[in-house]
Amino acid sequence: MAKQISVFLENKAGRLSHVTRVLGTAGINIRALSIADTSDFGILRLIVNEPDRAYQVLKENGFTVSETEVLAVQVADSPGGLATVLEQMHEENLNIEYLYAFIGTSGNDALVVLKVEDSEKTSEIFRQKGIKFLDESQLYRL
Amino acid sequence: MLYWDKEKECMPREELEKLQLRRLKETVFRTYAFVPTYKEKLSQVGITAEDIRSLDDLKQLPFTTKQDLRDNYPFNLFAVPMSEVVRIHSSSGTTGKPTVVGYTKKDIEIWAELMARALTSAGATKNAVIQNSYGYGLFTGGLGIHYGAERIGASVIPTSGGNTRRQVMLMQDFGTTLLTCTPSYALFMHEAMLEGGIEPNDLKLKAGVFGAEPWSESMRREIENKLGINAFDIYGLSEIIGPGVAIECSCKNGLHIAEDHFLAEIIDPLTEEVLPDGCPGELVITSITKEALPLIRYRTRDLTTLERTRCDCGRTHVRMQKVLGRSDDMVIIRGVNVFPSMVESVLLNIPGVEPHYLLIVDRKGNLDQLEVQVEVSERLFSDEVRKLEELGGLIRKDLESNLGIGVKVRLVEPKSIPRSEGKAQRVIDKRNV
Repeated sequence: MAKQISVFLENKAGRLSHVTRVLGTAGINIRALSIADTSDFGILRLIVNEPDRAYQVLKENGFTVSETEVLAVQVADSPGGLATVLEQMHEENLNIEYLYAFIGTSGNDALVVLKVEDSEKTSEIFRQKGIKFLDESQLYRL
Repeated sequence: MLYWDKEKECMPREELEKLQLRRLKETVFRTYAFVPTYKEKLSQVGITAEDIRSLDDLKQLPFTTKQDLRDNYPFNLFAVPMSEVVRIHSSSGTTGKPTVVGYTKKDIEIWAELMARALTSAGATKNAVIQNSYGYGLFTGGLGIHYGAERIGASVIPTSGGNTRRQVMLMQDFGTTLLTCTPSYALFMHEAMLEGGIEPNDLKLKAGVFGAEPWSESMRREIENKLGINAFDIYGLSEIIGPGVAIECSCKNGLHIAEDHFLAEIIDPLTEEVLPDGCPGELVITSITKEALPLIRYRTRDLTTLERTRCDCGRTHVRMQKVLGRSDDMVIIRGVNVFPSMVESVLLNIPGVEPHYLLIVDRKGNLDQLEVQVEVSERLFSDEVRKLEELGGLIRKDLESNLGIGVKVRLVEPKSIPRSEGKAQRVIDKRNV
């Protein structure tokens, strides 16, 4: 399982550049990101190489931040790769809150970040079904 | 020590009313004799001091308004020559010409006595270390509290407002036991404590005397919990004397108005009719001992109710409820009266909502719109859009059912709403009306 850093952003000019600059100055590398936005605000979700430190520096800079557990799932980097995983999840009634793709790859596999309702249960089922996902140390080393 | 001046604060009603009547007559006599504006006002209704036979006759006297003070700018309402005036205070004049108030030596004496009563009521003794973070200067808050604190023999730290980091440092190093400032500034100081790694419960702070802006019961709970103190409401306005006109006792069921110096009435602000006790309306105060600037039936524009039932603390003076709002702060949105304190009450009853908010009133086409900005604290934040939208919806529903109008809620980043070191600005009205 992996830690995602979530940041609350008002829809105002310069907020996203401010977050990324804060992380850049602290020497923290962003590995995956997505933004969910509404007309008033957005939520920036980040996978970084040092989540605990990222959480700390963002907080110190006045952002509202939280840490969330997500799964970094390896899917075959070929047509139907993601579909196969999602179909298996559907069969098991595992609901996905949101997902986004990773910038890098792991070997021959593509990586997808998944937020599910119950990550314990989901990871257990993934193990049974042979769906691969990265543990923290593997993920942050990428 | 429970009282500063038990004889006056617990005076039997009958005796108190005799004193009030005598002082009222003197005030009417003096204003008629020495203040041309009052001579004219009193002549118009055909009343002189001899016509005042009971306190009930008060309601025949003419009102005084803020406009009267402006029209007589700066000193024309003074009832003594300038040689007798030892102090002048003034409002900031943001809404027009400033209102100027003057004090004789005896006025300053009485004011210090009233503030001594107030601070004692909040538990202060000569052992107290009082950090006075009200602004010193033309504003009456700073010096008013200062003189009262010295009178009881407490140690005063005259920090005035501003430089919050230093305020918190001194509070820790000097062992402040009682803090005096606006309620919004108290919360700002709490944030500064957390940022500075200071645990409020490790401080010696026991109580706070907060005023100069309306604040709700929920705000009181918030301050008491966050700072781990007992928070008391104090009321006053410079036109009457400054802080110390009324103070809460430990029962916290209203603020005792110092009735040996002030007569209080509640009127309907539109019909100007006197309302019975318990009815909400505009507070009207007559100062009956003021020498330099005695005011008859001054319309405070503050909305509250009066309660004369006996208070468990033993004080016999009438109680006013926490001020709901000043009619100047009220915004009328689509014909509905909205006070920032009403919004505050709703917000602070939602767990995790911080007491920092801003009302933005605007007009789109012909329709007034109210936007309430709420800061998203870590407790409220979620990585899921749906949950944040649900939160916004919940706040909106609560506000709408309490205010009776449609509201837009905007979630904003923490600390993006400006903090105030004095009176907080809660409303921005962008309508050009």
